[in-house]
Parts: sequence; structure tokens; C-alpha cells
Amino acid sequence: MFYRLSGVHHADYISDSRMFKVPADRNLAVFFLIIGVAAPFIIPSLYLNSYMLPWLIWTAAALGLNLVTGWAGQLHLGYAAVMAVGAYSAIHAAKFGVPWEFALIIGGLASSVIGSLFAFAALRVKGLYLALTTLAMQFVMDWVLTHSPAISGGSHASLQSPTLALLGQDITSDAGYYYVAFGWCVLVTIFMLNLKRTGLGRALVAVREKDFAAAILGVNSFYYKILAFATSSFIAGVSGALLVATFFFLAAPEQFSVNVSIQVLAMVIVGGLGSIIGSYFGVALILLVPGLVNGLVAAGSEAIGMQINVETLAHIPNAVYGALIVVILLIEPLGLGKLYGNIREYLMVWPFDQLRK
Amino acid sequence: MDWIFLSELAINGALTGLLYSLFAIGLVLIYKASSVPNLAQGGLTMLGAYVVVALSHDAGLPLWLAIPLAALFMFALGFGIERVALRRLAGRPVVMILMLTLGLDIFLRGTTLAIWGGTSRSMELGVSYDPLFLGDIFISRIHLVGAAVAIGLFVAFMLFFRSRTGIKLRAIADDYTASWSVGISVERGVGLSWALASVVAVAAGVIWGEVQGVDQSLSLLLLKGLTVAVLGGLDSILGAVIAGIILGIIENVGADFIDPLVGGGSRELIVAAVLILTVMIRPHGLFGRHDIERV
Repeated sequence: MFYRLSGVHHADYISDSRMFKVPADRNLAVFFLIIGVAAPFIIPSLYLNSYMLPWLIWTAAALGLNLVTGWAGQLHLGYAAVMAVGAYSAIHAAKFGVPWEFALIIGGLASSVIGSLFAFAALRVKGLYLALTTLAMQFVMDWVLTHSPAISGGSHASLQSPTLALLGQDITSDAGYYYVAFGWCVLVTIFMLNLKRTGLGRALVAVREKDFAAAILGVNSFYYKILAFATSSFIAGVSGALLVATFFFLAAPEQFSVNVSIQVLAMVIVGGLGSIIGSYFGVALILLVPGLVNGLVAAGSEAIGMQINVETLAHIPNAVYGALIVVILLIEPLGLGKLYGNIREYLMVWPFDQLRK
Repeated sequence: MDWIFLSELAINGALTGLLYSLFAIGLVLIYKASSVPNLAQGGLTMLGAYVVVALSHDAGLPLWLAIPLAALFMFALGFGIERVALRRLAGRPVVMILMLTLGLDIFLRGTTLAIWGGTSRSMELGVSYDPLFLGDIFISRIHLVGAAVAIGLFVAFMLFFRSRTGIKLRAIADDYTASWSVGISVERGVGLSWALASVVAVAAGVIWGEVQGVDQSLSLLLLKGLTVAVLGGLDSILGAVIAGIILGIIENVGADFIDPLVGGGSRELIVAAVLILTVMIRPHGLFGRHDIERV
């Protein structure tokens, strides 16, 4: 009823490989696109810039990780390091006088180059060992960042981002920052939506399912693994650069530490491997819920007159964040995207359940 | 070249390395018994240390009572973790199990700090801080104690894996389904391995808590522990001990050479480099079993 299927027939391959096979999905996407465009006018700017904006940029970043982990099946625990490469190269380029459009691309390309180094680990090992190698690479990158003042910006290890300017316009307003983030997130989402319809996407899935078997089918798994790492690193680099340019305004090594890598992976897995809508949910959950719970606990303890000490309060979000990961994985190992899929499946034929295939 | 200084570095490195082994044994135990990478060992170690401190300092129990009680508590907790979390994900892809243990690690760390606060506490084992001189070489007593504990645990687990229960655990690691079919309770075996790893975490927590204070930096041992476990081979306890010694020596001597070149703090870098090189050159480590993959 909600997803009307009557009259929807796919009679040829072109119509069967459309992006949205059910009109309701497309309508929903258009609806959220309109809400996204209208957001600065309907959402107070405090919420816009402290919740919506990081949510969108982290979603773009998580989609990039989803490409390499969800589609190509390569574990990656060094994603924040790749984001750092993009952020630092873009900011240095912008400081040097390169226009921001090119600075962002430079950041993305620099990330691609460094990110492809991670891929060489993926050519040798996979699974757990790949995760550990990328984790070690993350530590190496952290070390390089904190130990080279030339990159991280002097003794304070912080680098001021120059004013963002795109297409000749200085961007300084809250709405402006939001639209940059929104535009990037939409761009990445469109790319990812189209990925599954292309040969590249199918090759990546083949590599994920079994790289040896893919090789037997004639899919060059070497090539596609490097391609997956390079593409996802490009997305990571630009996302990292935008994150600093529109949200942090100041690049510091802690913003891209190993905990951040784990956080992005948590977003992807909680959202659901290979699920695009899931990445949106996963990022929202991991980014926003710990803060919300903390606010609730603080308010609750005040309401009942119980004194919770500051230190306890400071560590509750972390405990909640860990518990969230565990609980979601236990409830639905395939993530929130799968939960959404289940609801959609159910509503697809409701109230005529007997029609379910 | 100052040979005495170099050998002092090497010996102290080896002792520190054995303390890493103490931590790594917890990782290896679980991997050996269930092929699950346990990234929550850092959180477990931290919790173990805090429980001992809480029992001995806050509750006023003597140490000889507090440590076994903490071990008992952690033993039960390990079983609980398997029952609540690991069991439902058995047979899932490794990425989910990896994430689950990372989530557990974050949860354990957050909960521990929420209960006891982040200020560093001391363990006060009562081991003297006076240095021990072996000829001209200076050795720290607590490191010696820790190394003895590590070797003791190593011997105990070597014997354990030869016992009937130990052989069951090895069978489980080999193949879950085959073990079920011959009547081994896989759930109980995996639970036991988590319980034992949690007890090892208490030992590591106590020794490391004495060395560097009981605070959240205890969970940062994870990278070093992982490096030791991978270098030794993820399913070899002997490997963990020997790799610990090797990593400790490389780290201590290497840092002495590299630190002046890069301005200090090169230990992390050396550890990460050893991990990357190990995986690149010999993924199954020094003594690990080389798994053959079938299409």
C-alpha cells in the first residue's frame, strides 16, 4: 500500500536496471532531497551546524568506507588516516593559494595515492590480517602527523583552515557550510547508488564474495581491489577536507586518530555492510545517540535529585557508544539498513501478506 | 659501541617484552580456542586492574585475597561475554566479530571509567623499586616478577592444551561443525576460552598496573599485544612468549638508535612497522599454523 507495486512492470533490461525500481522509493528520495534543500529555512542554525552538517559529511565518509568494506569486502581500520591525508593536503594547498575547488581535488588525489598503499596490504592478506595491517598503518600515519610539524602546523599541532570559497564565492554563513556538506553527500550518494548498476560494482561484489572465484571468472581482483581502495580514499580525502573546512575549522591530529577509524567502521557496520540508506542511519546513531543519552542522564539525575559526578557523566557516552555497537550487532548483524529493508518488505505488500514472494 | 649498555637495553627489553606476552596470551588463547580475534583484551585488562584496585584499596581486602576474587569475577564475566554476545554471532563473517569485540572494548573501557573515574591509581603490589644489579646491568624487579608470571602462565597453558579440555578447545578452533558432530560443546569451550583470557587479563592488569599505574592507558597495550600475537602466530602460545621477547628487544634497542634521529617517541612506530612487516612477509607468524584456503 505504501509502496504501490500495481502497474509497475519491468519488461526490458533497461527498465529493470533503473536506479529506483519502485516509484515509492524514488518519491521518498525526492522528498528527502527537498527537505535537505529546505533544511536551512526550517531547522534552527544551531541544530543545522552541530548535527545536520557533521551527519552529512560523516555519511559521505562512511559511504566511502562502505565502498571498500561493504562492496569490495576489504576490512579497513585505517580510514581516518586516509581522511587526514586529504584534509591536510587540501588545507596546505588552499593556504598556498590554490582555489578551494582544486584544493579539494588535490586532497582527494593525495588520499587516493596514500590509500592505494593500504591496498598493497590487501593484495597480500585479507580478513583479520588485513584489518590488523591497516590498523598498524593508521598508527604509522598518526605518528607521522604528530611528529612532523611541517604537516601538522607547528608546535601546537593545529592548522587553521583558510576561508572556504567555491566558484568565487566566500562561504562563511551557516547555510553556506550546510549546502557544501549537503552537496557533497548527495554527490557521493548518487555515485554509490549507481555503483551497483555498473560493471565496477558487480566486479567488486564478485571480489568480495570470493576473490579466487572472481579471478577464475576473469575478474582481475588485483585491479579491482586497488580501484576500490583508491576510489574510497578519494571520497575519504574530500570528506576529511570538508570536515575541517566547514566543521572543525582547525585541523589537529586527534581528529583523525585510531578511535575515529573505529568509529567510521562502526558507523558502516551498524548501518549495514553494502547498504546506502543504512550508512545514513548508522552515522546518525553513532554520532548523535551517545550525546543524547548523556543529556538524558544528566537531566534525569537532576530531576530525581541524584548527584552524578562529572567524571562518570563524561564517560557514559563512551559506554553507550560501545553498547550500541554490541546491541545492534546482536539484534541484526546486517545492520540498520537490513532492519529498514525488513520494514519495507513488510509494507510492500501490506495488507495483503499472502502475496509475499 | 657500549656493549654493557646495549645488553642492558636488550635484557630490559626482553623483560618488558615478556610483559607484552602476558597480554598477548589472552589474545592467543581465544584465537586458539575459537578462531575469534579478541580486540576487547585491552578493555578486559583495564577492568581486571580496576577490579583488583577496587577490592584491595576501596574494600580493604589484602592483595592475596583481592587478586583471586578479581580473577573469579573476571572468569564469570568471560563466560558471560560468550553467552550474551559471541554465541549469537558464531559463524558470522570476521568483520562483524571484529566489530563486536571492538564495541565490547569501548563499552568495557567506558563503563570502567564511568564507575571508577579516570585518575591514575597505583596498584601497590609491594614489590620493591630498588634496582637489581646483575654485574653492571640494571634490572627492574617488577619486570622480573611480571616475566616470571608470564612464563608461569605459558607453562600452565601448555599443559592445559594437552589435557582433555584443552584438546577439545583445539578441535573447536579447527572446525565448529565437526566439533559439534562429535559431541563437543562448542559453546562451553568458547566460553571457557573467554573466561581464561579474562583471568589472564587480571594477571596482565595487575603487573602492568604496577608498572605504569592503573588508568586508561592500560587499554593502549592492545597494539603491542596484537603485534606480539601476530608475530608469534595467532594460535601459538609459545610463539607469543618468544615474539614478546623479540619485540621487546627490537623496540628497546631500536628506539635507542632511532630516537635521536627523529626526536623521540619512535616506539609506537617500531611496533607498527614490525606488525606490518610480519603480515607482509609471514602472515601466519613464527609458529602459527598456515591455513590453506579453498575456493
